[in-house]
Amino acid sequence: MSYDPDTQSQLCPTTLHINGVRHDLEIEPWTTLLDLLRGPLALTGTKKGCDHGQCGACTVLIDGMRYNSCLLLAVSQDGAEITTIEGLSTGDQLHPMQEAFIEHDAFQCGYCTPGQICSAVGLLNEGHAHSREDVRELMSGNICRCGAYVNIADAVEDVMGQQTHAVAAQ
Amino acid sequence: MQTNERLYVGRPTRRVEGKLKVTGAAPYSAEQGQEGLLFGVMVPATIAAGDISNIDTSAALAFPGVVDVFTHETKQNVAWWDRKWMDQTASPGHPFRPLHSERILYDGQPVAMVVAETFEAARDAASLIRVSYRESEHVTDIRTVLDESYDPPKKRSGIPAAPKPRGEPEAAYEAAPIKISADYWLETEYHNPMEMFATTVLWEDDEHLTIYDKTQGSQNSRDYVCSVFGLKTENVRVDNAFVGGAFGAGLRPRHQLFMAVMASLKLKRSVRVEMTRRDMFYLSHRPSMLQTISLACDATGKLQSVIHHAVAGTSRYEDYQEVVVNWSGLAYACENAKLTYELTQVDTATPGDMRAPGSASGNVALESAMDELAYAAGIDPLELRIINFAPYDQNDDKEFTSKALHACYRQGAAQFGWEKRNAEPGSMQEGNELIGWGMATGFWDAQLQNAAAKARLSSDGHLIVSAAASDIGTGTYTMMAQVAADEFHMAIEDVTVKLGDSTLPQTAVQGGSWTAASTGGAVQAACLAVIATLLKQAQAIKNSPLKDAKADEVTVRDGRLVLIINDQTGVAVADIMAAAGVSFVEEEGKIGPSKLQMLKYISYTHSAVFVEVRVDKDLRIPRVTRIVSAIAAGKIINPKAARSQILGGVVMGMGMALHEEGMFDHRSGRLMNHNLAEYHVPAHADVENIEVIFVEEHDDLASPLGVKGLGEIGLVGVGAAIGNAIYHATGTRVRELPITVDKLL
Repeated sequence: MSYDPDTQSQLCPTTLHINGVRHDLEIEPWTTLLDLLRGPLALTGTKKGCDHGQCGACTVLIDGMRYNSCLLLAVSQDGAEITTIEGLSTGDQLHPMQEAFIEHDAFQCGYCTPGQICSAVGLLNEGHAHSREDVRELMSGNICRCGAYVNIADAVEDVMGQQTHAVAAQ
Repeated sequence: MQTNERLYVGRPTRRVEGKLKVTGAAPYSAEQGQEGLLFGVMVPATIAAGDISNIDTSAALAFPGVVDVFTHETKQNVAWWDRKWMDQTASPGHPFRPLHSERILYDGQPVAMVVAETFEAARDAASLIRVSYRESEHVTDIRTVLDESYDPPKKRSGIPAAPKPRGEPEAAYEAAPIKISADYWLETEYHNPMEMFATTVLWEDDEHLTIYDKTQGSQNSRDYVCSVFGLKTENVRVDNAFVGGAFGAGLRPRHQLFMAVMASLKLKRSVRVEMTRRDMFYLSHRPSMLQTISLACDATGKLQSVIHHAVAGTSRYEDYQEVVVNWSGLAYACENAKLTYELTQVDTATPGDMRAPGSASGNVALESAMDELAYAAGIDPLELRIINFAPYDQNDDKEFTSKALHACYRQGAAQFGWEKRNAEPGSMQEGNELIGWGMATGFWDAQLQNAAAKARLSSDGHLIVSAAASDIGTGTYTMMAQVAADEFHMAIEDVTVKLGDSTLPQTAVQGGSWTAASTGGAVQAACLAVIATLLKQAQAIKNSPLKDAKADEVTVRDGRLVLIINDQTGVAVADIMAAAGVSFVEEEGKIGPSKLQMLKYISYTHSAVFVEVRVDKDLRIPRVTRIVSAIAAGKIINPKAARSQILGGVVMGMGMALHEEGMFDHRSGRLMNHNLAEYHVPAHADVENIEVIFVEEHDDLASPLGVKGLGEIGLVGVGAAIGNAIYHATGTRVRELPITVDKLL
């Protein structure tokens, strides 16, 4: 730990792997992962919608699992592999979930969208969703005030179907 | 060969900004300008009425990283007169001035703002501010001040007052064989867009600011800032290129804008102020309301009398007004009608326009009462509405520009399977669930506002169209691209749309469902003006093949200016511009409502909403399993995004019907559920099947594009239709929204 005279605080050395890039950071212990991403790291694709873990807009993937980044202190994630919305696409190649969200018009204002997409990718990684009802239930931590739920469920089902077909083909 | 067919308008089109949104690359107002920013965090009042007796900021000021603390004791260099604080959409009264005095007007009012080098320091220091109050008597429950209601002496601009009574409504009510009368209650609702209100002010010098603001009108915010702080319009640019939802909450400049500009000018630094979710519950709300409605009909179901009275809550300092009762005078044909609208004051922030303002509220009373009347008369609820179809607007004695409501009824009912409905409440069951089917009609006005836009066609074939209008999730970027691409018969990929910038051509705030019609019409006019200029330039060329053509006989196709009736005759746009010695042609287009036409015609959108609910027999938990919303709204520019608009309105209507209410502790006058865990909005699990039907509706009068607008109509009718379905399922008529499980037990 080191001392920052400006804020009179201890800075904690923390290593985060974000979207495949290693970041060796000195972080104040009270900084949330969300504020670290949106502030110093300028990864503003991850959204702040409530800062209380109630809306899901800040959802990121940590080691493939979905988390509300507003509820995590950045220092507690030392060594973690973090994927944000910026890390889902490869160059101009969108992730199938991103492509499906555009095709199904699964957003309007776009603010909850990165969280919805990360949550949906995490949902499919978990492998618990087998039906539209499952998708609706297990996506309920991500609020969309524009009310795009029907289209979001269509998009997630679409990608879920693609994965099932891919598995069947193998 | 005919060359003026439309490739994009009317066809499902992916959002042109979609890739930015799904990759997280679309920047919102709190995501601009990272280097050297200061951060402001506000402190909310914890009493409903009274004065600040003492405010201790010493611990906050001493906190590491804190730059300044602003309170009512901070000297402000701002405008004095109320009119200087009034924005385009203000209601009559005294606009709220943040940190103006020690007076507390409502729970949650900002009493201080800490500005620090980091967000975390500002947040922590804000918690160290100690405020002492002298409390006064307060009222937050309109039920206790109904006897103090009044007809607002000053009317809000753009909001028509209730029409004068017609016929003999009381006598007709008394004489009618079938009648109902009931009180309907609505609790406060909060907009809660997902993006929290935020403003980033980039300070250039004492007179020049670039402001990224969450607003539904960049020019409204700019004018407010210039008026309040005495800055020049040309020195302040407000950008709202991406807006994370607003639903009316962004129609007025919000106090984070004031706070950020104030701090920036005082500290000569760039400043960001982002509200907390809690702060946003103190901005504005759909007002709480009591509506008393009495309907009477004859034995055949013909309406004999409509009497609708509403008392809505407002603040102590402004008379917020919306159109609540007028709809009841134009929804159905009736010779006798009395419609009255009053306000009563409570110690809350001023209510504000929330999606389908007024109409959504008034419709709950009218359309629930129509259901009650249908049961009283023994007539099918859909049939009762068809019997009383209004062929013209009796409020204003005007013709409708179009009204395809019969088609909504017919197609919606067919899709839903309404004819299989057994009218008897509780008669339809499956397993342990009671099934209820209900319906309602929806109404919203289709307005055209003055709007301007620019179009700029370059010799390389690229087109830029621009207007100050906003896209708050409504699909405006895409619609403008569709309209413009079609005028030049070009690929949508070759069109760039610029919106959300106060320096662009003037448009009204984005609200009232008027943007597609208004700005869309202006974009079309600008494109046609470019074509007219191109024709003039083409005719200046020696032996021009277009020398005898008139402006309305030509169009652009495949990069050539050609005759519409024969696209073999024409000149390449690049050649025209080369001959004229220019690299681009830019023109402005403007449109506005026709005053002459408005003397005779009035324009509305309509809907028919059909709902299935299932209610657990024992637990009485209601869930909405199916909704069919049939919409008549003129020309649909983008069926893909249009469907989403209606889906979103329906979902917010579900929230109104079943979930959303501000819960006050009326003893302390404080809102208790100021967060998304305790203020319930619909989530994925609540939303099952929603089907949207756009019925064919041709309308040359509503707007140049034939568009009527979709932002509000999807919500209207949903609340009543759900309540009517719950009555059909359970036999219980709940007249207080939201219909929570405790009201069904």
